[in-house]
Amino acid sequence: MRPYLREKTSFSAAEIPEATAFEAGYLVSVNSGWRSIRPVIDTGRCVGCEQCYLYCPDGVISIQNGRPVIDYDFCKGCGICAKICKIGAIGTEAEHS
Amino acid sequence: MANPTAERLSRDEYFYGHKACAGCGGSLAVRAALKVLGQNAVSVLPAGCMSAVGFNFPQLCFSNNSIISTFAGTASMLTGIEAGLRARGYSDFTAVGFAGDGGTADIGIQALSGAIDRNDNIIYICYDNEAYMNTGIQKSGLTPFGARTTTTPAGANIHGNLRPKKNMFEIAAAHEIPYAATASVGYLPDFIRKVEKAAQIKGTKYIHVIAPCPTGWGIAPDETVEIAKEVVDCGLWYLAEYENGAFTLNHKPTNFTSVEAYLKKQGRFQHLDLDDIKTVIESRDKKWAYIEKNFTYK
Repeated sequence: MRPYLREKTSFSAAEIPEATAFEAGYLVSVNSGWRSIRPVIDTGRCVGCEQCYLYCPDGVISIQNGRPVIDYDFCKGCGICAKICKIGAIGTEAEHS
Repeated sequence: MANPTAERLSRDEYFYGHKACAGCGGSLAVRAALKVLGQNAVSVLPAGCMSAVGFNFPQLCFSNNSIISTFAGTASMLTGIEAGLRARGYSDFTAVGFAGDGGTADIGIQALSGAIDRNDNIIYICYDNEAYMNTGIQKSGLTPFGARTTTTPAGANIHGNLRPKKNMFEIAAAHEIPYAATASVGYLPDFIRKVEKAAQIKGTKYIHVIAPCPTGWGIAPDETVEIAKEVVDCGLWYLAEYENGAFTLNHKPTNFTSVEAYLKKQGRFQHLDLDDIKTVIESRDKKWAYIEKNFTYK
């Protein structure tokens, strides 16, 4: 489980907290617009060492069937995953070509 | 090919969708620590980067219970949360604080000292990015010698910050705290092991983790982890623990890598001349002579 994007753009008065407390893990906006480069995983070369998963500051890499998958909604394109990958299975490409 | 460190952690994400800069070292430290402590961690964040990027109502990026404290009050709020939950009959929780270097070494040091003195059962994690990054890179007590910040600009006569970095790890240890440790996000398995260890110890725990800031340090966003590793490899930071009244060194570089290379990779040290670099190397060697004498290495 991880926080997920809520498809909401407006709030009713009843949903706005009266005190300074609100639901944990409530996401309404993505971070994908921040990217100038996009990491791309070559799953054929990937050996499943999970270093990219471990070192991602945003936690956007999850392991599915032993291989990493990037959540592009929240990846900011920092490139740490591409650098930490010793076998070079993560490349980067320009976000807007 | 399994990753032994990743295997031990929760697969859930507790710090997700935050607005930290790309490649933020502080967010990596918070994310990793919460993956160790899990859903029942109650985190306290004072004014600083991680509260600024984590709580943008209605975008709330912590999926465990989290709260913003006053700038000076991280440790005292942790004390209150721990006592309050205990009074209400809860036992399966961890009160953990994430404060920056300014919120720890300058503004929050009194509350931290008080909490250690009372030996409250809390974990205090200082993510050290070596200046007040959230407000635009002002010098803190943990800014290293020579670093250029907006309040210690580099000019012809004065080359950035004149003062060395405050030794928070040994200040915490001097309280005879049950557990204190230093770490770096460049050596993440070591940091994770220390958080795991702290979670098992009763009393106050202090972990000081170096967390580079691409924006403030003048490095590319993808260099965060490498530079956090290099600061340890060149001897300007060290991985150690304090427990049962004794210091232990966890990692001993056989040969230090070049201090000059480490400094010159960063925008904040570009102005340093050979004399300044010599001063940095001399203070490193003095520190390591002290470590050799007072720390045991296993």
